[in-house]
Amino acid sequence: MLMKRLIVCLDIRDGKVTKGARFAGNVDIGDPVELAARYYREGADELVFYDITASAEKRPIDIDMVRRVAREIFIPYTVGGGIGSVEDMRGALLAGADKVSLNSLAVRNPGVLADGAREFGRQCVILGLDVKRREGAAPFPSGCEVVVRGGRTPTGLDAVEWAKRAVDLGAGEICVNSIDADGVREGYDLEITRKVSEAVPVPVIASGGAGTTAHIRDAFTLGRADAALIASMTHLDGVSCRDIKRELRGMGVPART
Amino acid sequence: MTTAILDYRAGNLESVRLALARVGGNPVVTDDAKTIAGADRLVFPGVGSAAHCMRNIRERGFDRVLADAMRTGKPVLAICIGLQLLFDRSDEDDGVDALGLLPGRARKFAPPPDDPLCKIPHMGWNRVEYVAPHPLLPEGGAGDYYFVHSYYASPAWHSPRTVHEPADGREAGAVHGATEYAGVAFASMVGKGSFFAAQCHPEKSAGDGLALLERFCAWDGSPC
Repeated sequence: MLMKRLIVCLDIRDGKVTKGARFAGNVDIGDPVELAARYYREGADELVFYDITASAEKRPIDIDMVRRVAREIFIPYTVGGGIGSVEDMRGALLAGADKVSLNSLAVRNPGVLADGAREFGRQCVILGLDVKRREGAAPFPSGCEVVVRGGRTPTGLDAVEWAKRAVDLGAGEICVNSIDADGVREGYDLEITRKVSEAVPVPVIASGGAGTTAHIRDAFTLGRADAALIASMTHLDGVSCRDIKRELRGMGVPART
Repeated sequence: MTTAILDYRAGNLESVRLALARVGGNPVVTDDAKTIAGADRLVFPGVGSAAHCMRNIRERGFDRVLADAMRTGKPVLAICIGLQLLFDRSDEDDGVDALGLLPGRARKFAPPPDDPLCKIPHMGWNRVEYVAPHPLLPEGGAGDYYFVHSYYASPAWHSPRTVHEPADGREAGAVHGATEYAGVAFASMVGKGSFFAAQCHPEKSAGDGLALLERFCAWDGSPC
């Protein structure tokens, strides 16, 4: 039976892992290479490396650090932030990443999803779907709008419509990240996660809002997610992925030992 | 003692190289005939579509390299689409002739009737049941490995434990690992002579995967 994946996200700023709430008020957590090695040892199923200031600072991703993290972990490894072209994707993959997450670039230039899929295979192309609730607003039938640049810029795109189009173009996986729930630790946005998951044939990752193991279970059951992304739980509480997955198994969720 | 990772522009080989380096396999990513001939063992990786892969494999003469390795008993580890392409055919890209080193073909997963929302590709960690012993595997039991694929190999021989000759007289292989997805129990690990093939990605499968790679790097290619 396919197991549910627990993914740890390292947001990187100024060479350090950082964690904020609703994409603001960040505090430093530690060295990315050391933390990646620790989370790998502690049973993370997958790791995401996100250079959160690269886009805003108009610079490429910190490729040297991508490479140093890759040497430490032997689980799937996604890289995002500051990817501006298919050539940047190639650079990240050659540095040891397995998948590349595209957010702003995919909105600006949807063709990059198709180009990336053709060049490297769909499994390498993750759509980072940052969403904000727009209750009752007519142009957003799913209830959520796609936003870019760390939630600062609205796009006018409906979350579910954009997810479906991105998959048609070439996205092989979708990470649904709720800006409203990010770092608040009150649970994932289950409604939009479920809507996206039921609308696309590719795996969906729930992101933003995990504070307890029950939240993660809910992402899998009520949210129909295939994987769940966490940060605060490991960074701030020091809980290990192995312990979280033990609890998940106790709740009837198939998770890797 | 070197391990040549066959480079035919089929996806990213850095992950495979890093994992083999970690277990002391002295890996080199190459498409150079002399380097490949001098290597002690070969890794046949692959990501991408079957037609694209087969075209690049033939352009570089890797079809002959692999057939020679099977004849001479050089250890080969095939990964992901590498496993599928060892068989006769793949249903991908409207049907593609593959390497024909193992009888059978690659078929596509389909969501089963009782689970129409079942995701294709099969992506994530799944259990491999060790259904027949092999020097690269622990004795009995099961392991957890990372998979990403939409097609799976369907060997022409049937029961995982029974190896019998297919009608055309070629020697069959043996299924060593079995995994379930989308209502199918498929061959996730297959062996024949000095060839071992895994549909999963050992280089991305943490402890169980690294252990398999470490055994491969110490293997002389004898099947038991």
